[in-house]
Amino acid sequence: MSVARYWVPALFAALAAYPFLPVAEANRGEQFTILFVYAILALALNVVIGYTGLLHLGIAAFFGIGAYTVGVLTVPFFPLQQSFLVAALAAAAVSAAVGVMTTAPILRLRGDYFALVTLGFGLIALYAIRNLDAITEGTKGLNPIEAGPLPGVKENVDLGGARLNAEWGTRWYKYPYLYFVILGALGGVTLLLRNLERSRLGRAWVALREDELASSCMGLNPARLKLAAVALGAGLAGLAGAFYAMALRTTGNPAAFDFTLSMTMVCCVILGGLGNRSGVILGTFILIGFDRIATNLLDNYLQEQFDSGAKTYLKVSGWRLIIFGTALIVMMRFRPEGLLPESRHQRELHPEASEAEGEAAAREEAAAGDPGTEGGEQKST
Amino acid sequence: MFELFAQSDAAGGFGQYLLLGLVLGSLYALIALGYTMVYGIIELINFAHGDLFMLGSFFALGLAVWPMDVVTADAPTAAIGATVLLMLVLTPLGCAGLNVLTDRVIYKPLRTSPKLTVIVSAIGVSFIFMNVGLFWRGATPIKFPDLISDANLIPGTGLRFTWKDLMVVAVTVPTMIALTVFVKFTALGKAMRATAQNPAAAQLVGINADRVIAATFAIGGALAGVAAVVYGLYIKSVDYQMGFQNGLYAFTAAVLGGIGNIPGAVLGGLVIGVVGELGKAYLGAKWSEALIFGILIVILLFRPTGLLGARTREKV
Repeated sequence: MSVARYWVPALFAALAAYPFLPVAEANRGEQFTILFVYAILALALNVVIGYTGLLHLGIAAFFGIGAYTVGVLTVPFFPLQQSFLVAALAAAAVSAAVGVMTTAPILRLRGDYFALVTLGFGLIALYAIRNLDAITEGTKGLNPIEAGPLPGVKENVDLGGARLNAEWGTRWYKYPYLYFVILGALGGVTLLLRNLERSRLGRAWVALREDELASSCMGLNPARLKLAAVALGAGLAGLAGAFYAMALRTTGNPAAFDFTLSMTMVCCVILGGLGNRSGVILGTFILIGFDRIATNLLDNYLQEQFDSGAKTYLKVSGWRLIIFGTALIVMMRFRPEGLLPESRHQRELHPEASEAEGEAAAREEAAAGDPGTEGGEQKST
Repeated sequence: MFELFAQSDAAGGFGQYLLLGLVLGSLYALIALGYTMVYGIIELINFAHGDLFMLGSFFALGLAVWPMDVVTADAPTAAIGATVLLMLVLTPLGCAGLNVLTDRVIYKPLRTSPKLTVIVSAIGVSFIFMNVGLFWRGATPIKFPDLISDANLIPGTGLRFTWKDLMVVAVTVPTMIALTVFVKFTALGKAMRATAQNPAAAQLVGINADRVIAATFAIGGALAGVAAVVYGLYIKSVDYQMGFQNGLYAFTAAVLGGIGNIPGAVLGGLVIGVVGELGKAYLGAKWSEALIFGILIVILLFRPTGLLGARTREKV
């Protein structure tokens, strides 16, 4: 945690500075923007899985709902023509509402059955998006999404000042300010969650995750807490979806919101460190970054190095799933708590270590306060 | 317009879809059994099972070509019979071996880990299998040799039940009966049920848990192998992503019946098959998938542990 205190702000600062550096490339900027979007999505999923311990396998649905809410509110095809700000807030609200509505009836399902119903819900949402062509334009997606940044701003201004050097417009993609907006949103979400973790609600979630029965005996309301977690998670996922649609300028092919995305996000969260914000961001940057950026770079590099018939096998993109899968398996075998573990989760996964710690602490206590323990024994007899 | 529609529908209508659904359902049931048995023993949602099924079908495809260059429908009946038999013997063996190996190498060191850890490992295995499939046969769907006749066995009744349908039923039903007999009456089957019920107590009475788990993976894998052959012969087209879709259906079937419950998986498979076909017929193909998962959710709302799942009280 102490490491994260420094590197997370440092990472944000570095990313904010990146566009101004001479190494900055336009397409890299776009790729980073998408990484930020997925990091927000992973943080959203972390609220549900990491804080509350509900295994949700349909987070992609909320991502999709967010993207399509933005689509419906902004594309010329519909008469609404809202601004970027309004659309993003509406996307979060709609997703949160759908999250609550779909989760409330299934809260009584236990463990894996809950996971399966969320999986089913995710798929139904995907099929609905794909099949309701009248609203969603089917596989073509809603486009173009060209919303003005603020209410009242009709055209997509370049935000004058954001044009930080003369080359900005040519070197960067169409909405350069989205890079900063989404990075800022990621920072904002991180801060929000940090404070939330320390609040009454955050502590209640952890208590619920550790022992539902004990926490309900202490007066917590499990159903309400779980719904709050799902509402927040779904809302943030919807926000991520909104940014996704904004950055791509289209909702894209609905296949982007399929079960694979939900699974990949679960992997990001667990790989990074279930329950740990910094870990989740790191995990997402590594997994999605590998998937979207590193494979292409390595591919190009290898293609330049070799030009023989072995080319097809020397494509990293061809080995993508094997690398991905092996990384997951190796991580789960040797470091199941993730790259940056949450302390409680770490203790759960390495009971020997914490037991040793506990014993040492007990010994110290015994050495320090013998009379206290004796007093306790006398009372009990 | 309506008359035309009715005429084309008169070929079977409801009964035909029901029949088709039952045939497909028995196929899903076979895959679902692999999910449910593994879950029953070690509570693992084996996400790699569908991809094992896919690899099985690729393996079977190799067998159709390899022993006597490209077996086709106009080969002598004996050659076709021999090929199908060879597939039905070797594919399950291969799948069982691969499944046991996966368990030994990847899941076994994680026996005491939390569930989520093992599930993520299974997702990793699924990714690897899919990539292997992609390397093996490429990204485009491949034709599986059309070895079994499409002739109708029950002409005159207005229904179609072809040799292919018969083949599916003739393979899946005896397999399921054999499995039931095995689990009910053999020593190993009893050990499996005991381990599923209470692993600690089973070990106390001398049951070797590792052996039971390995046997479960072997049987689950073999069933996926049988299903892979039957699927290839029936659908006649295989591709590296088919494990995902079919695995998802089979998995839904297992949950619908009550995951961990063997008759439940069979019932779930049949329900999914029938619902899927009726949905295709009356709602259109694109909504039938949504209907399947919708039914799953509705059933779980009213029976939170599946159709035949044991309603155990949460232990405190």
